[in-house]
Amino acid sequence: MSSIDAGESMAPSTPSFYAGGEGLMAWLTTRDHKRIGILYALTITVFFAMGGIAAAMIRLNLVEPAGLLDAETYNKAFTFHGVIMVWFFLIPSIPATLGNFLLPLMIGARDMAFPRLNLASWYLFVIGGLFTVSALLLGGVDTGWTFYTPFSTMFSNTHVILVVVGVFITGFATIFTGINFIVTTHTLRMPGMHWFRLPLFVWAMYTVSLVMVLATPVLAMTLSLIGLERIFGVGVFDPALGGDPLLFQHLFWFYSHPAVYIMILPAMGLVSEVIACFVRRRIFGYKFMTYSMVANAVIGFMVWGHHMFVSGMSVYASMVFSLLSFTVAVPSAIKVFNWTATLHKGDITFEAPMLYALGFVGLFMLGGLTGLMLAAPALDVPLTDTYFVIAHFHYVMVGGTVMAYLAGIHFWWPKITGRMYSEPLAKFSAILMFVGFNLTFFPQYILGYEGMPRRYHSYPPQFQVLNIFSSAGASILAVSYMLPVLYLLWSLRHGAAAGNNPWGARGLEWQTSSPPPEENFLHVPIVREAYAYDEPAP
Amino acid sequence: MNATVMDIEKHDGASRVEVQFNDPVQQREAATLGMWLFLSTEIMFFGVLFASYTICRVLYPEGFAEASRHTDMLFGTIETAVLLTSSSLVALALRSIKLDQRRAATWLLLGTAALGVTFLVMHGFEYYNEYTEHLIPGINFDQPGPHSRAIELFFCLYYFITGFHSVHVIIGVVLISTLAIRVAHGTFGPKNYTTLELTALYWHLVDIVWIFVYPIIYLVGRSG
Repeated sequence: MSSIDAGESMAPSTPSFYAGGEGLMAWLTTRDHKRIGILYALTITVFFAMGGIAAAMIRLNLVEPAGLLDAETYNKAFTFHGVIMVWFFLIPSIPATLGNFLLPLMIGARDMAFPRLNLASWYLFVIGGLFTVSALLLGGVDTGWTFYTPFSTMFSNTHVILVVVGVFITGFATIFTGINFIVTTHTLRMPGMHWFRLPLFVWAMYTVSLVMVLATPVLAMTLSLIGLERIFGVGVFDPALGGDPLLFQHLFWFYSHPAVYIMILPAMGLVSEVIACFVRRRIFGYKFMTYSMVANAVIGFMVWGHHMFVSGMSVYASMVFSLLSFTVAVPSAIKVFNWTATLHKGDITFEAPMLYALGFVGLFMLGGLTGLMLAAPALDVPLTDTYFVIAHFHYVMVGGTVMAYLAGIHFWWPKITGRMYSEPLAKFSAILMFVGFNLTFFPQYILGYEGMPRRYHSYPPQFQVLNIFSSAGASILAVSYMLPVLYLLWSLRHGAAAGNNPWGARGLEWQTSSPPPEENFLHVPIVREAYAYDEPAP
Repeated sequence: MNATVMDIEKHDGASRVEVQFNDPVQQREAATLGMWLFLSTEIMFFGVLFASYTICRVLYPEGFAEASRHTDMLFGTIETAVLLTSSSLVALALRSIKLDQRRAATWLLLGTAALGVTFLVMHGFEYYNEYTEHLIPGINFDQPGPHSRAIELFFCLYYFITGFHSVHVIIGVVLISTLAIRVAHGTFGPKNYTTLELTALYWHLVDIVWIFVYPIIYLVGRSG
C-alpha cells in the first residue's frame, strides 16, 4: 500500500492518509473511512474474481448442448456464482467502497459518525465471506442463490447451513454500513451543505441505506428460520410440517427485490456525478432526481410479488403486484430522461469514466424496459425461469451496476490514489466491456424468448449457436474485466501524478488534495449548489 | 453550537468528543439516531416472525386457538407485569441520573436487571412445564387430535418468538447490569447520560415487543 503514497510528490506539506501508519496492522485496525473503503474494494475484487470463475464454468458448460460439466457440478457452479456475486460483490460494491471513501468527503466531514462500526462491518463481511467460501471448498451448494424451500431445508445434501450463516453474518455488515451512512448524512454535513445541495451520489447512499437497514433484517431472520428448519426439523416453511413454502418466497423476495435497489440506486447516483462532470453542466431536474431515488427506495418495497407470478399466488395479488411493478419503473425512467436531458446539446467529452457511464445508461435502459415486460403477468408466466429473465437482470446488475462501479473507480481513481491511469487503455476496455457484455447477454434474451430454461446443464441443440455467441462474449467480457486491474495497478507506480481536481469537477472531494489527508480537509471547503459547472471552480 | 455548553461539558470531564464530531451535542444526536435505526432493524427482525405467525394463524385458525389454550396465561400475565415494571424502573433511573442522584439510579438499574432475570426464570419454568406436557417440537412434541400439525406449528413459532425475545432480554440484563456498575463508579452525570438513555430505549423496545407477543400467544382465540 505504501507504493501508492503519491501525495508526497504532489505537495509535501499535506501528507496523505496513506502516510499515517503503513504496516498491515495499521490497515487492519484503521478507523479511517478512506482506508476501510479501500479494504472493502480489495476484498470485493477477490470475491468478484471467484464469482467470475464460476460464471466462466457456467458459460463453458453451455457451449455444448449436452453440457461439459455434470449436472451436480453445474448446479453448484451457478449457486456459487449467484451467492458470491449478489451478497459479496453487488450489494457492497459501490456503497462499501466508493460510498465509504466519498460520503464524508462529499459532505465535508472528517469521518463517518461511527468509525468503529464501519471497521466492524468490514470484519463481518470478511468472516461471512469465509463461511461461504468454506462451503465451496467442502463441496459446494446446489440450491441456487434463492434457497427455495423445501429443497433447501429437506432435500439438498449440500452445505446449505454454512452458506446461510455466511450470508446472515454479511447481512450485519450491510446493516452497519447503512446505519453509518444515514447517521453521517444526517448529523455530519458541514455548515451550508443542506439537503438540496447534496450531490446525487450522497442522496443515492442515503436512500440505499434506508433500504439496507429495513430490508436486510428480513433476510437474516428468514435465513435463520431455514437454518432452524434444516437442523431441528421444525419450522414454518416445510409443507410436510404444516408450513407454507410460499411464505418463504414472500419473505425472501421482500428482501431480495429491495436488494435490487440496493444494487442499482448507488449506480444511479454515481453516474449522475460522472455525467454532470463530462457535460459540464448541472444535472437536469436535480430535485426530481432526489425524489425519484426516494420513490425507488419506497416503491421497491412493494413489488416483491412479481417474482412469484407462477408460484401459486392469487390472481388479484398478481394484478396488484404487476401494477406496482409498472409504477416503480416511473422513477427509474425519470432518471434516464434526466440524464438524457443533461446530455442534450451539452459540451460532451468522452473520457473513460464517461464512456462507462454512458454504457450504463444504455444497458440499464434495456434492462429496465425488459423488466417492464416481465412485470406483466401475461408475459411473465411463459418467460419465468427462462434465459430472458437471466438476460434482464444481468443487464441491470452487470450492465448497470458493474459498469457504473467501474465508471466510479476510474472517475475517483486520481482522488483515491493520486495517480492518473492510462486513458487510451481505459477507453479501450470500456468499449470492449460494452461489446463483450452485449454479445454475452443479448443472445440470452432471444434464447429465453424461444424458451430455453435457466438452471439446466443441458439444452436442445437448436439453442447452440446463440449459446456459443454468449460464451464467446463472456470471454471478451473477462478480458475487459482483467484489463482495468492491470492498468490501474500499473498506474500506482507509473501513472502521472494527478492534481487535486484533474476533471475540473465541482464536488467537495475535489477541493482537497489527492489523495486526501487523514482528516480529509486542511482548509474549509467552499460549499455551493451541487454541479455548479456554470460557475468557475473554487 | 455555542461555546458555553461545550465549556460545561469540558468541566464536567465526563463525555469525550470523538474526532469526527464538532461538539458533544452533535455526538449525542448521532448516537441517538443510530440507536433508533438499530431499533428499526429490530422491528423488521421481529416483523418476520409476527408475519409468519399471522399467515399460519390464517391457515389454521382452529388449531391455533386450541394451541393457545396450552399456554400458561397466569405466567404470561405475570411476566408481562414484570417486564412493564422493569421498563418503568429504567425510565426512573434515567430521571435520577439527570437529577444527579447516582445512588438511586444504581438501585433502579439493579432493580431493572433483577426483574429481567425474574422474567427469564419464569419463562424457564414455562418451557419446563411445556416439556413435561410434550409440547416442544423437534424434542418431544406429541399431541393427539385433528389439529396436531397446527399445534406443532404454533409451538414452533412460539419458541422462535419467545426464544428470540429472551435472547434480547439476556443482552439487556447484561447491558443494564454493566451500566449499574458504571453509574455506581460515577461514569455518568446530569450532562452525560446518552449511553444510559440509549440502553433504556433498547429495553423499552424489548418491552414493546413483548406487549405484542403476550396477546398473540396467550390471549387471542383462547376462549374460542
